[in-house]
Amino acid sequence: MSERKVRVIVAKPGLDGHDRGAKVVARALRDAGMEVIYTVLRQTPEQIVQTAIQEDADAIGISILSGAHEYYFGRIIELLKERKASDILVFGGGVIPEDDVPKLKAMGAGAIFGPGTPTSVCIDWLLSAVREKWEKESA
Amino acid sequence: MEKLIARALEGDHRSIARLISLVESESPQAEIIMRKIYPHSGKAHIIGLTGSPGAGKSTLADKIIAHFKSLGKTVGVIAVDPSSPFTGGAILGDRLRMQQHAVDPDVFIRSMGTRGSLGGLSRSTQEAALILDACGKDVVIIETVGVGQSEVDIVKIADTVGLILVPGMGDDIQIMKAGIMEIADLFIVNKADRDGADRVATEVNMMLDLLGMRAWRPPVLKTVAERGEGVEEVVSEMLRHADFLSRSEEGRRRKWQRLGMEVEEILRREIAAMVEVAWEKEKSPELFELLAARKTTPYEVAEEVLGKILSETCS
Repeated sequence: MSERKVRVIVAKPGLDGHDRGAKVVARALRDAGMEVIYTVLRQTPEQIVQTAIQEDADAIGISILSGAHEYYFGRIIELLKERKASDILVFGGGVIPEDDVPKLKAMGAGAIFGPGTPTSVCIDWLLSAVREKWEKESA
Repeated sequence: MEKLIARALEGDHRSIARLISLVESESPQAEIIMRKIYPHSGKAHIIGLTGSPGAGKSTLADKIIAHFKSLGKTVGVIAVDPSSPFTGGAILGDRLRMQQHAVDPDVFIRSMGTRGSLGGLSRSTQEAALILDACGKDVVIIETVGVGQSEVDIVKIADTVGLILVPGMGDDIQIMKAGIMEIADLFIVNKADRDGADRVATEVNMMLDLLGMRAWRPPVLKTVAERGEGVEEVVSEMLRHADFLSRSEEGRRRKWQRLGMEVEEILRREIAAMVEVAWEKEKSPELFELLAARKTTPYEVAEEVLGKILSETCS
């Protein structure tokens, strides 16, 4: 008997090429039993959102080290709204100044994990957020 | 559920994606979904791509999608990657080579983990293919993991199976040993700009000569998927094979064989569920003591359980 698995997109929008962080997170999420759809460098927000929809993902994890986080989080969250897919969680990490975190959360980002965050923190947050999402779905 | 299915049949990507998830996780609704979907399927050309990891399946699939698109066809893709046997998690990375098609409304790409199916193709892979077929994709490409049983299983699902080989992966005996010569409808020697590509092609052709005359002689094609070389010919041979199947006795035979397997698969599943329930009821410490002391045998116990199942279902 198979069971529902947490499906997560790990994506890197934009032009920065530092994908080590994204790979570490992808690996950690896999080891926590999740299915991780890894979408490589230089993705547009449109590609990321369309991928999340086709893959019926529970969450999109965004890694940004370029400083363009406000634009990319904003655009992805906006596109999800347009597609009536706002139930898909958005979280992220990378080099994001503390001061910007509240702004991103106000836009709709579920969580932002800065450098040095143990992967277990990210996993725990994701598991409980997805569980909550599933409960809403079945309600 | 009715609404979800209706929207999926109209081609709505979010609904299609949700249906596939429900079927993949073997939810209680899975059978209801498949019963509704099935009558709409049977129109798509289902293509299997198999070959060793690193042979270039995803890259080739990417180019094949583009080519079918240029012929005005809609395309669905199911890319299967291995799940970890330890955690059940998976990194699904096939689609990253096909991301240029991500925003195309006529292309639907879905990644699947093998989950419990031990390297084979899971039943849900076939069901996902049926869903994409029913929801209006003209061509459905299934990219296998490329190891183990999945290489052989693909023939149970696909109309046309393309086996991707690369130079430098061993000699002709390796190819013969793999037991996949018989299932391929097309041989694709990828990375053909490398040394040894001609040799691989020749060896495959010689192997095909040994197999003797068949109604369909699989063509052996050379590609450099990364640059798109030879892809046009691959697609045209795939279409020629589909045409061959539609006109030949071989095509009818394969279709009937597949339909038979679909029914068998469901029967086996239903019976397995019954057996599980009956055995669960029968199990007891006393029975295990008797078995351990050799006062009875597993054969007798099984016979008894089977007898109970039969008398229950017949009454």
